[in-house]
Amino acid sequence: MPSAVGRGLAGFELRPRKGRCGPQAATAAGPEGVAEVAARSPKQPAGGSRCFEAACRWALLALVTLLSFATRFHRLDQPPHVCWDETHFGKMGSYYINRTFFFDVHPPLGKMLIGLAGYLSGYDGTFMFQKPGDKYEHHSYVGMRGFCAFLGSLLVPLAYLTVLELSRSLPAALLAAALLTFDTGCLTLSQYILLDPILMFFIMAAMLSMVKYNSCAARPFSAPWWFWLSLTGINLAGALGVKFVGLFIILQVGWNTVADLWHLLGDLSLSLVTVGKHLAARTLCLVVLPLALYTAVYAAHFLVLSKSGPGDGFFSSAFQARLSGNSLHNASIPEYLAYGSVITVKNLQMAIGYLHSHRHLYPEGIGARQQQVTTYLHKDYNNLWIVKKHNINSDHLDPSFPVEFVQHGDVIRLEHKETSRNLHSHYHEAPLTQKHYQVTGYGINGTGDSNDFWRIEVINRKHGNRVKVLRSRIRLIHVVTGCVLGSSGKVLPKWGWEQVEVTCNPYLKETLSSVWNVEDHINPRLPNISLDVLQPSFPEVLLESHMVMIRGNSGLKPKDNEFTSKPWHWPVNYQGLRFSGVNDTDFRVYLLGNPVVWWLNLASLALYLLSGSIVAVAVQRGARLPAEVEGLTQVLLRGGGQLLLGWVLHYFPFFLMGRVLYFHHYFPAMLFSSMLTAVLWDTLLRLCAWSLAPAPLAGSIHGLGVLSLLLGTAYSFYLFHPLAYGMVGPLAQDPRSPMAGLRWLESWDF
Amino acid sequence: MLEFLQRPVVVTADVNLSVVALTVVGLLSRLWRLTYPRAVVFDEVYYGQYISLYMKRVFFFDGSGPPLGHMLLALGGYLGGFDGNFVWNRIGAEYSSNVPVRSLRLLPALAGALSVPMAYQIVWELGFSHCAALGAALLMLIENALITQARLMLLESVLIFFNLLAVLSYLKFNSQKHRPFSPSWWLWLTLTGVACSCAVGIKYMGVFTYLLVLGVAAVHTWHLIGDRALSNVRVLCHVLARAVALLVLPVVTYVLFFYVHLTLLYRSGPHDQIMSSAFQASLEGGLARITQGQPLEVAYGSQVTLKSASGRPVPCWLHSHQSTYPIMYDNGRGSSHQQQVTCYPFKDVNNWWIVKDPGRHQLEVSNPPRPVRHRDVVQLVHGMTTRLLNTHDVAAPLSPHAQEVSCYVDYNISMPAQSLWRLDVVNRESDAETWKTILSEVRFVHVNTSAILKLSGAHLPDWGFRQLEVVGEKLSRGLHESTVWTVEEHRYGRSQEQKERELELHSPAQTDVSRNLSFLARFSELQWRMLTVRSDDSEHKYSSTPLDWVTLDTSIAYWLHPRTSAQIHLLGNVVIWASAGLATALYALLTCWYLLRRRRNIRDLPEDCWLRWVLAGALCAGGWAANYLPFFLMEKTLFLYHYLPALAFQILLLPVVVQQVGEHLCRSELQRSLFGALVVAWYSAACRVFAVLRPLTYGDTPLSPSELQALRWRDSWDILIRKH
Repeated sequence: MPSAVGRGLAGFELRPRKGRCGPQAATAAGPEGVAEVAARSPKQPAGGSRCFEAACRWALLALVTLLSFATRFHRLDQPPHVCWDETHFGKMGSYYINRTFFFDVHPPLGKMLIGLAGYLSGYDGTFMFQKPGDKYEHHSYVGMRGFCAFLGSLLVPLAYLTVLELSRSLPAALLAAALLTFDTGCLTLSQYILLDPILMFFIMAAMLSMVKYNSCAARPFSAPWWFWLSLTGINLAGALGVKFVGLFIILQVGWNTVADLWHLLGDLSLSLVTVGKHLAARTLCLVVLPLALYTAVYAAHFLVLSKSGPGDGFFSSAFQARLSGNSLHNASIPEYLAYGSVITVKNLQMAIGYLHSHRHLYPEGIGARQQQVTTYLHKDYNNLWIVKKHNINSDHLDPSFPVEFVQHGDVIRLEHKETSRNLHSHYHEAPLTQKHYQVTGYGINGTGDSNDFWRIEVINRKHGNRVKVLRSRIRLIHVVTGCVLGSSGKVLPKWGWEQVEVTCNPYLKETLSSVWNVEDHINPRLPNISLDVLQPSFPEVLLESHMVMIRGNSGLKPKDNEFTSKPWHWPVNYQGLRFSGVNDTDFRVYLLGNPVVWWLNLASLALYLLSGSIVAVAVQRGARLPAEVEGLTQVLLRGGGQLLLGWVLHYFPFFLMGRVLYFHHYFPAMLFSSMLTAVLWDTLLRLCAWSLAPAPLAGSIHGLGVLSLLLGTAYSFYLFHPLAYGMVGPLAQDPRSPMAGLRWLESWDF
Repeated sequence: MLEFLQRPVVVTADVNLSVVALTVVGLLSRLWRLTYPRAVVFDEVYYGQYISLYMKRVFFFDGSGPPLGHMLLALGGYLGGFDGNFVWNRIGAEYSSNVPVRSLRLLPALAGALSVPMAYQIVWELGFSHCAALGAALLMLIENALITQARLMLLESVLIFFNLLAVLSYLKFNSQKHRPFSPSWWLWLTLTGVACSCAVGIKYMGVFTYLLVLGVAAVHTWHLIGDRALSNVRVLCHVLARAVALLVLPVVTYVLFFYVHLTLLYRSGPHDQIMSSAFQASLEGGLARITQGQPLEVAYGSQVTLKSASGRPVPCWLHSHQSTYPIMYDNGRGSSHQQQVTCYPFKDVNNWWIVKDPGRHQLEVSNPPRPVRHRDVVQLVHGMTTRLLNTHDVAAPLSPHAQEVSCYVDYNISMPAQSLWRLDVVNRESDAETWKTILSEVRFVHVNTSAILKLSGAHLPDWGFRQLEVVGEKLSRGLHESTVWTVEEHRYGRSQEQKERELELHSPAQTDVSRNLSFLARFSELQWRMLTVRSDDSEHKYSSTPLDWVTLDTSIAYWLHPRTSAQIHLLGNVVIWASAGLATALYALLTCWYLLRRRRNIRDLPEDCWLRWVLAGALCAGGWAANYLPFFLMEKTLFLYHYLPALAFQILLLPVVVQQVGEHLCRSELQRSLFGALVVAWYSAACRVFAVLRPLTYGDTPLSPSELQALRWRDSWDILIRKH
């Protein structure tokens, strides 16, 4: 296979790579090789021109890098207020600087890097990032934006190098670089404190290293081979550490690796031991190394965030005890549960939360119309319950009575402190899990009926029959129906404030979701004892935070009647995102792809599928292609195929996602699509020039074509650049606006 | 050509007696006491109502699947002379004497019975032994879940039948590859396409089998393209024939189902409101009765009702009434205190609006009527209160980012009326398009603020009588159907002196809108609505998750005898389910093993044996995976019976794996005979389980509570035990 590439390239201005790991010339042995070298020799570039070529490559690389940095850093400090999601990611960067614990649905690496950049550039973490539009004033924010812009600028040289490696054609690489440099969308997305430039950087870097190590295949286990292989692993860890979207590039590398190993396995000249070595090297660099790094990122995350903050309630009691400032840190509370205690009850299943009730009834038609009981992740007064005896409604805090501890097997009543209603269940279907019974708050001032009685069972009874705070795992069995109190983990609709459903489960299955522990415990009559709370081990913490993140992600459902972005909108550039400003007096920034680039990409995808299938069928029919065309088709099928796979993997999974989607989710896919466009047009133009070869001017078709594409994108960037760099003045509907003629689709609202 | 003159015409028939025998036992198992129980069982309550509507030719809307399945069930009712008069409201309700239970249940039962010999045929066509083929059929025969499902008015057995038919005919077609373009080659090819589209036509999930068959066909075609012995033209013919039979034909057949469906159901019915006004107008007796004779073009002075094009959450009409917005909302925000404008889901006299020319005072149509055109500025006057539709920079009650829409009341405070609206005909063909009844989809753009009149979809609280909120949307994000309105009812202003002239004026403009809506337009609207309608995904008592299915961790109680404890359950044959799961895992393992070894050039199997193994896996294991795995991505309510099509494919795989193990893994004679004995013992165990679960499958034997308790092999099986 590599020989074919080498052969095809001979015709173009490309070097047979003499480099560290160029497979081409080396493997072009065999019967065909001789003829091939002979055929190539007239066009073989001389040593001098080879040097010139290399210089040209480097000069161009420097040029595109410079241009990319210039465009990305131009007016970086504008607008001097919070734009769009900066409100989240800037805030989270501040949390790292302040070391307060928070919860987010994305893994921590991206926000840690933002925090680090802010810290290094002198930001002190005091800005609130409350809502988009807040002025930064004296706070130093350019450092964080600059870091994102730096990574965003590197996308262009990365794309340049990737395309160069895949197609071995300078014009194609240049075209790819131009498409990305002149795309207003990539530009806008790179200029703000967002996770996307970081994510895209790691994706592209992983892609480049993968392509590089593929080219080193002829010299396995050499130093560059190891270098690129481990770099791939490192970048995969980076991509996954920023957002779970990094999973897609992992799939791509995984697929590439499996195909590679399959190929090696079929090579009977290699012994099984060698194949085993290959397998082991890849496992080491692409599985073990990324996992280790990914874990290390989390370790740093937990190490840095040591203070209690807004994310505590999402985590288990044991976890919270790690955070200084949390009520459980160095906790000092009464040890054993007694009647009259005020407690919060937490579910042991991760990310379910506290048993909760509030002054709202179940709506009509959903079970009995009584007060809702849910679980809730945040700390709140409505999480407080009072433990009472089932038959006596006296005040247990009266000092004339002796303190009585709750024992395993006792029948108790749980009274909601704020509303004085009892935890209650009955033979009505639960709102979502209709196999279970409904749980409600019932009664007035603590007086209800026998359906309020619960038997408390301690599962781990090594502390005797008493109920130990935090340590004892308890179950609450409903006395009348015999069902067990649990949470289904399903999110209630709007009437339930999107809290989690609580049910009484008649099937006594041993699951964590029906086991609870007592977390806060207030009883003035008991002495406070300092508890050495069981510290969770690091793997437990890691697992728990992932469970919480996955739940958080699936909880991001689009609301009814909300206008949401659909995946099919994206490649057609149907609608942008407002980063800043609405009215004509505001400084407006609008995230929208450069339509010329995006529509070219779209057309190129179709054209690629068409030309790719024609070529594939021709090859399958055994058509004899001239050597030059053969090389071009290989570039088209293999190089283009890699890029197409990247686009498919970064785009189509979004169709299956139930969570709420935004336009910027498409940008990783757009990078692949732009590179594919570059490879496709370069190859097609070369084919065109080849087929018209005897005709005059045929040779310049390729050059002219690429040049016009370059100029076209540059001109369109000139037209659309106000979208990214910001505009003030009348909206585009207004004929007086400078953007008036550019609202090509009615759905663009800039 | 004239061969028959020279030689006698001879018909020879090979009768495979085992196929005949299998058909007979299959029929026996599925048809035995088919009319028992003579009561509504489980989802019959759901399908039955549609059968009744077919009998009465009343249009209905069912988002759950295409119409072929319902039509086939209705065919049974038609043949049995069912008049459609039965109230399908309760599971367990006794059928009245006019319901032909036998013929209604006959079709699914026949389909279920024929699956048995078809299993034999498929395994045989795959190239496996007679014994393996027989095994597959016998397993299909004693699978309790398949029997239960086939004996009732349900669609899964029919779906499985067409799935298997598609696979079988593709295999038959493939075995004809040495005689391309012969009549039997064409027959099996077209039958494949038709069976696929029937499967899709019964339930959307048939699409999985269709895609599987397409995939296998694509791979075979790709090999064919690589066959350099064939000429290019020949290859082109092959590809075209397959494309026509497997792509074009199924689409045409599928559309044909809808054609029959829409032809049969021509009367208006309970679900009309889900469809657009134009669609409703094409039904007999519905909107057509009201709209007949309406003037087509809306003119200044016209009286109209405006229906929102969005069916979410319910279809409704623009409405206003005497009540005003409360001065202060619960959350402390203020309102304009002007007259409420809402969207109301019922017909009401308050839904009437008059289109007024802002420059004139007349509220009646002039002579000749001046039609309203695209981009004209109009005012809308509420018919009953004669107040003007108005919006202004006041936050809407429930959507504070949008403007409040009200009917203007002049409180003499500095809040002038802003009641000018520019008409925007969305589906215009030219910019001079007039505003047409029913056909035009229009938006109202507020002149002062460029807000767009929109149905927000939120329910107002009690002060708004729980009607739907209407707002002025400032941030118009593209074209959304909640901003689009159509004129449904329309009459010209009825000033006394104009009345007689009106009658003459009507006649030339009158059109029969039903003729304007072609079948394709109706088809695409119906199909689109069916795909986009949101079903409530609340959990059902017997719903389950895909993970429960493989382990048979769930059951569905279908029916309980009103007096005794006889009951019908959807329960699988545990032995078959467990061994089928095992066989699938074994198949995957063996295939991986073979693949890795072949890559190192170690051939464990002869080439033809290997190809046979791969094809069997692609169709049977692939059929299982294609019909099972997609459910993990679905968010709708799922039941155990959704697994049955996948199970049918898994059962086909079982004997294939057994034969492979017997032939290639058992090396010595002794091992083989031991293995044979094992297989026999295993099959007897499966038969035993069948016999034990039989009372729950047929529901004909009352069991004592202790017997029922003994049958409850898993805690999660909801076997019903009477307490007294």
